[in-house]
Amino acid sequence: MNEITVFIMGKGYRVPAGLTIMKAMEYAGYLLNRGCGCRGGYCGACATVYRLPGDYKLYADLACQTPVQDGMYIAQLPFTPAERPAYALENLTPDGATLLALFPELARCVACNTCTKACPQKLEVMDAVQSSLRGDIRQVAEFTFDCVSCGLCTMRCPAEISHHHVWQLSRRLNGAYLTPRAEHVKTRVEEIAAGKFKGELDKLVTMTKDELVAAYKARQIEA
Amino acid sequence: MGTYPREIQESIERVEATRPARLANKPARLTLQEQETLLKGFHPDYRAEGKRKLKVGASWGEPVPHELADLLEAYPLLDPGSVDVSKPDHDVDLLVIGGGGAGTVAAIWAHRSGIPAERIVIATKLRHGDSNSIMAQGGIQAADKPHDSPAIHYLDVLGGGHFTNDPKLVRAMVEDAPELIRWHEDLGVMYDKAPDGTMSTIHGGGTSRKRMHSAKDYTGLEIMRVLRDEARTQGIATIEFSPAVELLTDGQGQVVGAVLWNLETSEYTVVRAKATVLATGGWGRLHIQGFPTTNHYGATADGLVLAYRAGAKLRDLDAVQYHPTGAAYPDQLVGLLITEKVRGMDAQPLNRMGEVFVHPLEPRDVESAAFIRECALPEKGGRGLGVVTPTGMVGVWLDTPMVDMIHGPGAFERALSSIYRMYVRFDINPTKEPILVYPTLHYQNGGVVIDEHGWTGIPGLYAAGEVEGGVHGKNRLMGNSLLDYNVFGRRAGIAAAGWAKKASPGTPTLTHARRYAEQLKSAGVAPERKAPILLPEYRGEKALSRMVDLL
Repeated sequence: MNEITVFIMGKGYRVPAGLTIMKAMEYAGYLLNRGCGCRGGYCGACATVYRLPGDYKLYADLACQTPVQDGMYIAQLPFTPAERPAYALENLTPDGATLLALFPELARCVACNTCTKACPQKLEVMDAVQSSLRGDIRQVAEFTFDCVSCGLCTMRCPAEISHHHVWQLSRRLNGAYLTPRAEHVKTRVEEIAAGKFKGELDKLVTMTKDELVAAYKARQIEA
Repeated sequence: MGTYPREIQESIERVEATRPARLANKPARLTLQEQETLLKGFHPDYRAEGKRKLKVGASWGEPVPHELADLLEAYPLLDPGSVDVSKPDHDVDLLVIGGGGAGTVAAIWAHRSGIPAERIVIATKLRHGDSNSIMAQGGIQAADKPHDSPAIHYLDVLGGGHFTNDPKLVRAMVEDAPELIRWHEDLGVMYDKAPDGTMSTIHGGGTSRKRMHSAKDYTGLEIMRVLRDEARTQGIATIEFSPAVELLTDGQGQVVGAVLWNLETSEYTVVRAKATVLATGGWGRLHIQGFPTTNHYGATADGLVLAYRAGAKLRDLDAVQYHPTGAAYPDQLVGLLITEKVRGMDAQPLNRMGEVFVHPLEPRDVESAAFIRECALPEKGGRGLGVVTPTGMVGVWLDTPMVDMIHGPGAFERALSSIYRMYVRFDINPTKEPILVYPTLHYQNGGVVIDEHGWTGIPGLYAAGEVEGGVHGKNRLMGNSLLDYNVFGRRAGIAAAGWAKKASPGTPTLTHARRYAEQLKSAGVAPERKAPILLPEYRGEKALSRMVDLL
C-alpha cells in the first residue's frame, strides 16, 4: 500500500495515498462527531484549512472532497461563529438598503478577494459582496446559489462579514420578491381547494389492484 | 483530457462511436412483465439470504435486512437502569427529533398551528440541516401543470411502488403537493423557472408527466436552507449534536418526549413533551448488503429502533432503494449520488461496448436491476458487460456529453453544477467524457406505519419523512422524497400541535425499553448488541485494534 504522512492538527500519521482528508482522519483513528455531515460536498460541515510543505499559502477546502497530499498540515474548522440578525421576510423590501441595514459590515469590504480564494465551491465571493453593496439582489442570489455555508470565507474575511447569512437572505428575497410566481401553481392550488379532482381521487383510492394496473398501463406518457 | 486509464479509454471510444445513432433513436420502455422478471433476477431485495424475520416486537415475523434486524434485535444503548428520567430538564409542548427537512417543516407548522416557538424544541444528531434532505439533487414532484393532475401523479406513485403503497397516504401527498410548492415560493425558494414564472419541469424515472421541479441540482440544499432560515426567523430552538437515544413513555401508554445524549460531553438530557415528532431520516449508513451509500453520516435508522421499542409497527422495510447511478470512479467519489436529472436530461446508460441496454428512466429499482444484470458475470446469469476500474469496481457508462449535445452548450454546467464541480475536481470533464456509475444504497422505502396525519397509532408519537413508511410502498420515485417530507412534515406538525393542546403527559419512564429488553432476553437474543448505533464505524482497523478506554 502506498502510504503518505499527514499531520492532523500537527501530529503525524501514516495513511494510504488517495484518501480524502475526511477518510484519512478516520483511518488514523478519529471518530468524527464534528466536522462531518453529508460526506458528499453539500452540507459544508467539514471546512478544513491546510498547508503544504515548502508553501506559504493557507489553503481552504472541504475535507470530504479533498484528497490528502504528502506532508499536508490539516486543521478542521467545524463551526463558524456568525451573526444572523433577526428578520422576517414579509417585512423586508428586496434592495440594497435592506442588506446594509441588517449587515452594515458589508460596507467594510476592502475588496482583498481573500474570500474568493478561500471558497471550496470556487464561487466569486467578493463579486457577490460588491453586488450586495450595489443592491443587486438578483445577482447576489445567482452568484451564491451553489454556496454550502461552510464559513471558510467568513473566517478569512478582514471585514468580518458573515457571508452565508447575507447570501441566504438575498436568495430568499430574490425567490420571494424578484422572481415572478408560477401562475399554474396558483391555479392548481385553487382547483384542488375547489374540489376539482376530488371525484377522480375518491375513485382511485377504492380501485382494486387489477383496475389500477389497467389504468397505469393506459397512461399517456408525455414526450 | 481526463484521468481514465488506457483500458477504459478504449471503451470510451466505443461510446463515442455509437453516439450518433443513439442520439437519433430512443430506447423502448419495458413492460410491467419485463420489469418484474428483471427485478426478480437481479434486484438485491430478491436475495432471500439478505434478510430475516423479526423475532420480537409489533412487526414480529416481518422480513427485514439483517443489518436492520441486528439493530431492532438489540438492547438499549442507554441502560434504562442507569439514569433517572423522572425529572425533566426541559418541559415543552413539542419535541421534534431530527433537524432535517421533515423535522423542520413539522416545527414550523406546529408553530403556525398555535404552539409558541419557545414551547418547541428540535433535537438533532449533527447540525440543523445535516440530513439526506440537504443532499437531494434532482427535484421535487408536484402535479401543477395544466396537462397534469393529482390523479395522474397518484397513478405514477402507485405504479412505481408496485401497487403496494397506502392509498390514503399517496392521496394526501399528491393533493397537498401544489400547495407546498406555493408555500416554498412564498418563503423564497429559488425554483428553476422561465422568465414569466412558469416552472421548468422535466421527467423523472417512472413519471408520465414532466412534473420534476428543480433548483439546479441543489434542489434539496435550496429547500432545506430556506426552511432552516424560516425556523430561525420564528425563533424555534435547536439542540444540536444531541441525538435521541430512547423515547420516554408514561404509565398511560403515551410517548412523552425523549432522552437526548450530548455527542461531545456524553451528558444525557431528559426532554418531556406533550407531543413528539419522529423525523430521524433513513438507514443508508447501515450499508445493507455491503453497498456504498449516498446518505449523510447520521443515517443510521435510529428512529426505527426507538419507535419499535415503544410499540410502533413497521412496514415495507424489506424494500431497499438502490439508486441506479452512484459514482463508481474515481475511488474518492464511490457511492456518491449522480442525480437522476442527468438521465432526465437525456444521458443514456451504456455497457462496455457502448450499447444502450435499458431505457434511461425506468423506475429506480428496475433501472438498478438492469445495471446489475449488465455488470454481473455470465456464470451468475448476467451479461458481463460492465466496465472494470483499476481498483476492481465495476460500473456502466452514463453518457453525460449527450446533455450538452441535446440541450445546447453550457446546459450541463448550468443545470448540473454540483455534479460538474464534483468531477472536475478529479480532472474528469463530464461534458466531454462519460462517467462510470453503479447502484448505491439511497433510500429507506418503508418505515414506521402512520396515518394520513403522520400519527403512529401511539398516543403522542408522530412520524414524518424517510423514517415513515407506506407512502412509497416498495419503491419510491424520484422527486417524491422531498415532497413526502414537506407533506407529512406539515401534516405531522399540525396534528402534533393539535394533540399537544389537549394532552396531559405523566411522569416520564423508560418502562417500554425495559420491557422490550425482557422480550429480547426471552427470544434468546445475546446481550452484546446495542442500539441505536448513532454513527457508523469508519475508523481504521489498525487504530481500532489498539484503542483502550482510559479516561
